[in-house]
Amino acid sequence: MPLWDWGYAFEVLPQLLKALLVTLEITLLGSVVALLLGLLIAVLRQARIPVLDQLLWAFVEFVRSTPLLVQVFFLYFALPRFGITLSALTVGVIGLGVHYATYTSEVYRAGIEAVPRGQWEAAVALSLSRSRTWTGVILPQAIPRVLPALGNYVISMFKEVPLLLAISVVEVVSKAQEIGSQTFRFTEPFTIAGLLFLVLSYPASMLVRRLERRRVA
Amino acid sequence: MSPEPMIVFDGVEKRFGDHVVLRDLDFTVAPGEHVCLIGPSGSGKTTILRLLMTLERVDAGSIRVGGQCLSHMERKGAMVPADEKHFREVRKRIGMVFQQFNLFPNMTVRGNLIEAPTRVLGLSADEANARAVELLELVGLAEKIDAHPTQLSGGQQQRVAIARALAMRPDVLLLDEVTSALDPELVAGVLNLLRDLGSSTDITFLCVTHEMGFARDFSDRVLMFDAGQVIEDAPPSKLFSDPDHQRTKDFLHAVIDRT
Repeated sequence: MPLWDWGYAFEVLPQLLKALLVTLEITLLGSVVALLLGLLIAVLRQARIPVLDQLLWAFVEFVRSTPLLVQVFFLYFALPRFGITLSALTVGVIGLGVHYATYTSEVYRAGIEAVPRGQWEAAVALSLSRSRTWTGVILPQAIPRVLPALGNYVISMFKEVPLLLAISVVEVVSKAQEIGSQTFRFTEPFTIAGLLFLVLSYPASMLVRRLERRRVA
Repeated sequence: MSPEPMIVFDGVEKRFGDHVVLRDLDFTVAPGEHVCLIGPSGSGKTTILRLLMTLERVDAGSIRVGGQCLSHMERKGAMVPADEKHFREVRKRIGMVFQQFNLFPNMTVRGNLIEAPTRVLGLSADEANARAVELLELVGLAEKIDAHPTQLSGGQQQRVAIARALAMRPDVLLLDEVTSALDPELVAGVLNLLRDLGSSTDITFLCVTHEMGFARDFSDRVLMFDAGQVIEDAPPSKLFSDPDHQRTKDFLHAVIDRT
């Protein structure tokens, strides 16, 4: 048996590519959750509403200080006991999305705090509404400068999707494992799975780096 | 009998922590009057503008603008400190120009000028645009309408900021050291623009300034501040040539020697 069998590699590639679509789907949906929820948390926290602010702070700290795996297990195995049953895919999207939302909220917060106070004051002096101040003045200045950091979190999330094999989501790595355990040949599927991540992550991080350079320039 | 004043400060006190910035401050400004506030740094001048713009809240006393109470509102027959909604209502009559211009860098000059008229006053895009064009002509920057603020000099940015405040047709315009952040050669252009505005409009002006020459020929009245109180209130002809108080004399000596 050769160390690397090209024929076998090409045979398993289509299945892995199909599983990659699931990985991408979870990444995409998870990113939407992370980017929107993170923004919501950051904006709400900026308002410093008593009680709500402490609750959000506690939530963010809790989520950041516990392993993603535990959170995913909780959503998948414990929630049904409270009458909430979610599909593995949904748990994946919510689990990753909420987990990363706590990180993106800190990124947004940094971006919001970097907008000079004078911008808020000018908005007051022009009687702009609170919501228009956010959407027209603050966020258009805050978000562009944190895009690279947000992009990096999306890439991290993409690489964390395989964790969901713990709740039997069929993404690339669990597919590779499944194929390997059927044929007892793990080298090709795992190598390909790794390469697929590399082929997507590397250009994505190059893109983020270019974005960073453009911000500095 | 004189008409109702445009601005009334009645026993206003403002503290930041233990530090009392304004204490028991009373003064009034008549409609259309041009009043300059002078005095050493930290004497509370800028705080007065910030209170009027509702960027700060009074700790005691009250402020009225155009016959309306700014600092307080009526609720169930009693006067209570104003909430955000009340502020939003009354501050529409007031405009402010800042030391650091504070133009919105994510918008063009046009965007800066039409933002509030369309969003707050409900003007159509065409009306707001016409107003923007007219105001930019007034401040001499018609050709910069599609420029971004970062492409403009400090003096140009400040003229745009003045136009932006005027686009809201305010009754009261607050000027907070509007030339302090400018290169010396750009100061005269902005001050001349303000002199023109002062003579061609009936806006009530309240300016904090360190430009004594401007204060002398722009204002109807000058208020000399020290330690959160008005220590002298006189027309510029009197205050600059024959001030009553030693503190005013010392201050004027210090600033005029410096320049």
